[in-house]
Amino acid sequence: MTDTAPPAVWRRRTPRTALLIWAGWFALVALFVFCWQVMNRGTIWAFVWDAPRQAADIGSRMMPPRWSYLPELMVPLWDTLNMATLGTVLGVILAVPVAFLAARNTTPSAAVLRPVALFVIVASRSINSLIWALLLVAIMGPGLLAGIIAIGLRSIGFIGKLLYEAIEEVDVGPVEAVTATGAGRAQILDYAIVPQVLPAFWGITVFRWDINIRESAILGLVGAGGLGLKLQGSLNVLAWPQVTMILLVILATVILSEWVSARVRQAII
Amino acid sequence: MAAPAAYPARWKRPPQIFTNSLWRVVLFWGAAIYLVLALGSIDANWARIAQGWERGMRFVGGFLQPDFTSRWKDISNGLVESLTMTLTSTVVGILISVPIGIGAARNVAPAWVYYICRGIIAASRALQEIIVAIFFVAMFGFGPFAGFLTLAFGTIGFLSKLLAEDIEDIDEAQAEAIRATGASWAQMINYAIQPQVMPRLIGLSLYRLDINFRESSVIGIVGAGGIGATLNTAIDRYEYDSAGAILLIIIALVMVSEYGSSYLRKFLQ
Repeated sequence: MTDTAPPAVWRRRTPRTALLIWAGWFALVALFVFCWQVMNRGTIWAFVWDAPRQAADIGSRMMPPRWSYLPELMVPLWDTLNMATLGTVLGVILAVPVAFLAARNTTPSAAVLRPVALFVIVASRSINSLIWALLLVAIMGPGLLAGIIAIGLRSIGFIGKLLYEAIEEVDVGPVEAVTATGAGRAQILDYAIVPQVLPAFWGITVFRWDINIRESAILGLVGAGGLGLKLQGSLNVLAWPQVTMILLVILATVILSEWVSARVRQAII
Repeated sequence: MAAPAAYPARWKRPPQIFTNSLWRVVLFWGAAIYLVLALGSIDANWARIAQGWERGMRFVGGFLQPDFTSRWKDISNGLVESLTMTLTSTVVGILISVPIGIGAARNVAPAWVYYICRGIIAASRALQEIIVAIFFVAMFGFGPFAGFLTLAFGTIGFLSKLLAEDIEDIDEAQAEAIRATGASWAQMINYAIQPQVMPRLIGLSLYRLDINFRESSVIGIVGAGGIGATLNTAIDRYEYDSAGAILLIIIALVMVSEYGSSYLRKFLQ
């Protein structure tokens, strides 16, 4: 027999793949080092080494929280909740048609409208609500309305993407059954598709509402009203005990909204 | 042959979330009243909005005719900061979150380690990126270094949580087989856990890279470096054509990173 003997030691990978993997790791490390150096060209290391002292200093200033500031936060808190809720409502109103246009099985034209809808979804997802708010505050002045529209525009991408995926995953059985009765397009939507995606729709909406509560709490930093505005004001005058109080209120709101959204989703799904 | 079960002749209403009709009525009216109250709290200043309308049109014009050239130096600086921040923070974040993720998995870590690691994850997830950025800027000074720390901190909560859940879901038989050979804890992690969770860890890391880029475009607004700072300046100066150019670049990069990461994930898994 002249066949080559099998190697005496078992190896998981051929030498070639092993080499490729090593080269990949090496490239990643090299890239990391390069990026690290580029990033830190302007870093003032004295500030960095000073950070623990600064942190201790800020920490000591922040304690104890100013509880007497709490009543003043109730109106901004109400504004923040409204901003999140109305923003979610606006987002849903805008996202539902986009989702139906983007889903492969419901879009009226796969060649033109579907790519447009997909672009709207990606564009909305790639621009953070803080940037939307920054723009809208510049355009329509500070206030809740700018925040609501920012939250709404930002929510389109999230709701639209999850909803169109839910629409594409519907069971085709009911759709075929309704089509067989001679139903029109609108009737197919109404009787076969909408009932199937409704639970997903409510789940997505509540999920987004929960996220929007977090986002609306900080939108005030760029002038869109709510708790963030108070946070910005307190930071500007270095009133650290007030900052602590605001952060506590934000934290409590976020935890509460997460609990509510978890309960609702449990009830639906 | 037994006769087939009679097909129900009457339509039965599908189960509802609230079986009690009183609750449904209360909930409906409660929601309606809340919406009216919330809409009442907006207090839009229509004169200001009318004024801003012209500015909004100028922004749309700037978006359609973006100006890449006149501020290209600032834009490219911001982009380099954002991209380097993204990569370094993701790499460092992964390096830190792997041990924390292992520690937060109930089936491989002792109870006290488990609680410490879960605490770190909860802290990282509860704090909004922007708020963390504000603190890091106060501690480490302006610039991308503070942004790098913020993103790395956010990465820890995200990756460790998902990694820990993944480790808790592994196939126990393999871990038991390795343990039966008399392997130590480290060997068990290396030979039983790591091969099972590696593909998902790579996928999550790429996803987080994508998220970190998106976040890096925002945290500049509070002074943590990156393209967000450039955008903030452009909007403050009412240079909407430069702002439009920056937004287009962000959208394009997010699209590239999204498609790139989903392609890579498919290729690697």
